[in-house]
Amino acid sequence: MELILSLAIGILAGSGVWLILRPRTFQVIMGLSLLSYAVNLFIFSMGRVTLGIPPVIDTDWTGHASHYADPLPQALVLTAIVIAFATTALFLVVLLASRGFNGTDHVDGREMKK
Amino acid sequence: MTGWMQHLPILPVVIPLMCGALMLLVRDGYRRGRITLGVISIVGQLATAITLLCITAGYLPNNWPDGVGVYLLGDWPAPFGIVAVVDRLSAVMLVLTALLGLAAWTYSTARWDRAGVHFHALFQFLLMGLNGAFLTGDLFNLFVFFEVLLAASYGLALHGSGRARVTAGMHYIAVNLVASFLLLIAMAMIYGVTGSLNMADLAARAGELAGPDRRLFESGAAILGIAFLIKAAAWPLNFWLPSTYANASAPVAAVFMIMTKVGVYALLRIGSLLVPTGAPAAFGGEWMFPVGIATLAFGILGLIAAPQPERQAAYCAIMSSGTLFAALGMPGVTLTGPALFYLVTSVLALGAFFLLLEMVERTQTFGADLLAVSLEAFELEDPESPDRSDDVVGVAIPAAMAFLGLSFVACALLIAGLPPMSGFVAKFSLLSAALETASGPHWAGTWMLIGLVLLSGLACIIALGRTGIRLFWSVDDTITPRLRLSEAGPVTLLIFTCIAMSIWAGPTMRYLEETASYLGTPSSYINAVLTQNPGRAVAGETAP
Repeated sequence: MELILSLAIGILAGSGVWLILRPRTFQVIMGLSLLSYAVNLFIFSMGRVTLGIPPVIDTDWTGHASHYADPLPQALVLTAIVIAFATTALFLVVLLASRGFNGTDHVDGREMKK
Repeated sequence: MTGWMQHLPILPVVIPLMCGALMLLVRDGYRRGRITLGVISIVGQLATAITLLCITAGYLPNNWPDGVGVYLLGDWPAPFGIVAVVDRLSAVMLVLTALLGLAAWTYSTARWDRAGVHFHALFQFLLMGLNGAFLTGDLFNLFVFFEVLLAASYGLALHGSGRARVTAGMHYIAVNLVASFLLLIAMAMIYGVTGSLNMADLAARAGELAGPDRRLFESGAAILGIAFLIKAAAWPLNFWLPSTYANASAPVAAVFMIMTKVGVYALLRIGSLLVPTGAPAAFGGEWMFPVGIATLAFGILGLIAAPQPERQAAYCAIMSSGTLFAALGMPGVTLTGPALFYLVTSVLALGAFFLLLEMVERTQTFGADLLAVSLEAFELEDPESPDRSDDVVGVAIPAAMAFLGLSFVACALLIAGLPPMSGFVAKFSLLSAALETASGPHWAGTWMLIGLVLLSGLACIIALGRTGIRLFWSVDDTITPRLRLSEAGPVTLLIFTCIAMSIWAGPTMRYLEETASYLGTPSSYINAVLTQNPGRAVAGETAP
């Protein structure tokens, strides 16, 4: 499972970085989205990869800390998802505004001279 | 510290949050309501910040150990709950934010706040993010407050709209989103290794790491450092800055001056906490000093090459970041006090400069401030911006040209660091502190720093002198503008604050030197945070 998770994070991050470096604004926003998925998975995996373990402490079933999943990265990732979602939406608006002002979807607002 | 006074450290976050939220509820046409809320908010923040400054300096009675005030949000003890921490450094930054915010906001009420919707609310949220970033004692909350201030700044950078702003704003947003992802990656790595995000707790735990864990921690800290360096506009991560700042509306650009300093603050704060356990490279001299020197050199070249005054001001901001990195990257804390003095001066001076430039622009007919050649070379068109209108509604001030000229000279002196303004005190004390280290093993770096700081002053004189001559002495087609009190007042306030800083340079410098030596011994910060007990009685023992 660790291998699959790390491969997924790696592929998402790699595609994200490649897309961010592309000249079209739509590619950039897709890249930012992919990168945010990679980052969210990464934060999540930093709480250690566990299966079938609750994050909320059960007072009837007290046990060692290893019987519980770390709840903090889950809380962090929730915040990060919301923030990434909001900023992506904002970026989308700016992207459309830029398309409207410049008449092109190039990130510099003008086409490269051929 | 009883009663409502104990809640003082959280007020700089709560006041703008509440006022900003209330502003959203105010009916669109009811501008007076927003302005009233804005006045309440900013005056409240300034008063809180000054009170906190007096408490940390020991002028007011308090029971804070070493002047470090810890506020437990939700009343959970430190490593488990979230903390807000006020110490000397945060208090200085809070006062600086409130002052600059007051000036920029007052200036904006003259005309800029009408150029788009929700200006006042966004401005309050920006102040909330700034104050929060200076107060938080927790790495993840630092990220959250960074996002709050950045989200507000995206809106403000685009305020007034227009092609240039949107294009520059898009680059700014993309770069900062990537920087935020880096911040998250770094935070996740640090949490994965140490199991804590509380800065004081981290500082205590980092020393216990060894082997692979330590290396992982250092990689995380390095990524964290890179994220802060992007926000603080270090070369080669600062190409977004000149066009964003030059295109933003004047009050926004002025308040943005403190945003690069948030990055510097974060580096200084986390760096100082990690130093005793061997700071990771990004926060130590090995990286920070060369990065500072490169940034300074880039700023000098950009300043000389920039054609428009706004871009020159933006490069001045880069230069001040570079000076700060280089000074903070020097070994020890000898240069930290003067560097903080320089930080305060440069933020105030550049804020005033941005406000001033917009007023000076109004004296110009199109193209008068550019060389005829560059007009053709860069295919510039007359923007004849809808922003510009010469009708004055408020109280106009007399002798507008004299005011503009004198203020320009004052700003130029401040930025270049010439006597008698506080910029001179800042640079002089910086250089004299640097000379103390000149005989040590770091002598080559010292002389490089001294040389470049002097060169940057020279570059400022050349560039700003050239701009001043073009703006004020080519009298053929200048228009004498009518300035409102609410536009001239903020610039005067900022410049007079700088003058006050040079008159009372002794007490100011003493406070900042104390701050520096306090940063040199982070144990007082760590102890204060980790030993702060909740106000309520805790049932049972809290596990360590």
